[in-house]
Amino acid sequence: MKLLMVVAGNTFRETIRDKILYNLVLFAVLLIGASVLLGTLTIGEQARIVNDLGLAAINLVAVIIAIFVGIGLVTKEIERRTVYTILARPITRVQFVLGKYMGLGLIVMVNIAIMFVMFLGTIVLTGNAIHGSLFQAVELILVETLLVMAMALFFSTFSSSTLSATMTLGLFVIGHLTSDLKGIAEKSQSQLMEAALTALYYICPNLEMLNIKGQAASGLLVEFGYQATATAYGLLYAGLLLTGACVIFQRRDF
Amino acid sequence: MDAIVVKRLTKTYKPLWPWEKPATVLSDVSLSVREGEIFGFLGHNGAGKTTTMKILLGLLRATNGQVELLGSPAENVAVRARIGYLPESPYFYDYLTAEEFLCFYGKLAGLDRETIQKRIPQLLERVSLTEARHRQLRKFSKGMLQRIGLAQALIHDPELVILDEPMSGLDPIGRKEVRDLILGLRDQGKTVFFSTHIISDVEMICDRVGILSRGKMLALGRIEDLVDAHTARSVEVVCDGVVGDDLHDVKKLAVRILQRGERCLIILSGQDHLEKVLAALRQAGGRLVSVIPHKGSLEEIFLEQTSRKA
Ligand SMILES: Nc1ncnc2c1ncn2[C@@H]1O[C@H](COP(=O)(O)OP(=O)(O)OP(=O)(O)O)[C@@H](O)[C@H]1O
Ligand SMILES: [Mg+2]
Repeated sequence: MKLLMVVAGNTFRETIRDKILYNLVLFAVLLIGASVLLGTLTIGEQARIVNDLGLAAINLVAVIIAIFVGIGLVTKEIERRTVYTILARPITRVQFVLGKYMGLGLIVMVNIAIMFVMFLGTIVLTGNAIHGSLFQAVELILVETLLVMAMALFFSTFSSSTLSATMTLGLFVIGHLTSDLKGIAEKSQSQLMEAALTALYYICPNLEMLNIKGQAASGLLVEFGYQATATAYGLLYAGLLLTGACVIFQRRDF
Repeated sequence: MDAIVVKRLTKTYKPLWPWEKPATVLSDVSLSVREGEIFGFLGHNGAGKTTTMKILLGLLRATNGQVELLGSPAENVAVRARIGYLPESPYFYDYLTAEEFLCFYGKLAGLDRETIQKRIPQLLERVSLTEARHRQLRKFSKGMLQRIGLAQALIHDPELVILDEPMSGLDPIGRKEVRDLILGLRDQGKTVFFSTHIISDVEMICDRVGILSRGKMLALGRIEDLVDAHTARSVEVVCDGVVGDDLHDVKKLAVRILQRGERCLIILSGQDHLEKVLAALRQAGGRLVSVIPHKGSLEEIFLEQTSRKA
């Protein structure tokens, strides 16, 4: 556990010192600013637009960090060959993978927290009310980000960074379209196609389940039961991917 | 007890695609490194030195054979707390300063903060990097990276140190410093296993050597024993004032004769015919300049052994 924290701490420091994070935060600031601007242009719907854009910006930035930094976690260590000196230490490969994941998880949490505070500030500044539903939406954004990070880590244990990025992005997009997938499957003519699409529907993570931004933006609270189920679903899926990542990493040659 | 035992080690890299040929990089390599000795692992580029070392540290899985470090199998993670490793042309976290870097590796080795804080200045001193302690590693030169890599391998005061080409990228002063450092480690009772393809480094400091070529062990043992066993003790005679015809008798006895103006160099395969040759030269009126019994070198063995297979 101690070693895990050492790796996590180093990952945290590495990413903090990487300038990419500052750019992304700047991006969030711009988006929130834009939402204020747009909000003042429209009458009546202002509060909703600020909420919509703010949540979308937080979600986007968090997922971009998850994918791009997440893939770098392991691939960079391998490409830069720093992994040799790390794994030659009394640390298991599982500890290494989980430490990396935790380090980035910490970063993502800090980032989302910072963006969320900025977002709440924007709401207050524009003279709108802060709804409890916004907290619910951000919690599920965090869960989605943790899940996307696990996807990125999983793919990067056995493929190059470009390939992992493509696959993670692909799975992310499909994950948001799973309900459409089921619809297409039901309408499809060929049996084979239907079976394949249905299988895809069950294998791919259902990311739309973690998306309550629309409802939250209009200030409607989500049922606690749904929130808990969605969270558990997301974390369980992430756990499975992490287990897979550990198993593959364990067998790898360097 | 032996610090490293390698028994019948074989490594075959599986190809990415089934139709490609698998590459057997190590075949049936056996060696042992005794506790407290400096063992030099010699081999040409691509011989398999790095592969062997990576298997020792569990970075690669052996296809066949056994590996033991300090009495435990390579898969045993805990034993690595007693082993230091410097990989070949190391790359490190370039956003860390020298001190942070050593601190990180110290923690990975399970050291407590106090010990780490005590060890860092000592080690930086030892690899002559004290001035650069607050500099980020991306501002380090190649030789400096090699040095900080060495410091990293020693931070936890390991019993066994495995170094993959520790002198590469270093200037002559740096090479000497590393040689002294390795000798210092032996004086402290540590075991050092290092690879190189530079023979003089090995000759100067190693107790025993192993020569690897194309994945096979060609020779293993003390340098003197290897030299005695593998090379003839030739004799070089230098003589002035003898030319062409005078040397007729000598020619039959010598391996080679080189003539440059007045002076000629006669190489004999051993001491056997030395007296006869000297007598013949004297008779021909030559002036003897020198007689040098020539001891074979590790380099000769290395070149001969590795080229024989080529
Ligand atoms: N991942 C790999 N897949 C296939 N072949 C490999 C792989 N890694 C190394 N090899 C091959 O294994 C052989 C031995 O490589 P190795 O790096 O062990 O040599 P070396 O003795 O360390 O050489 P050098 O002195 O150049 O460092 C080489 O022929 C190399 O091409
Ligand atoms: Mg090598």
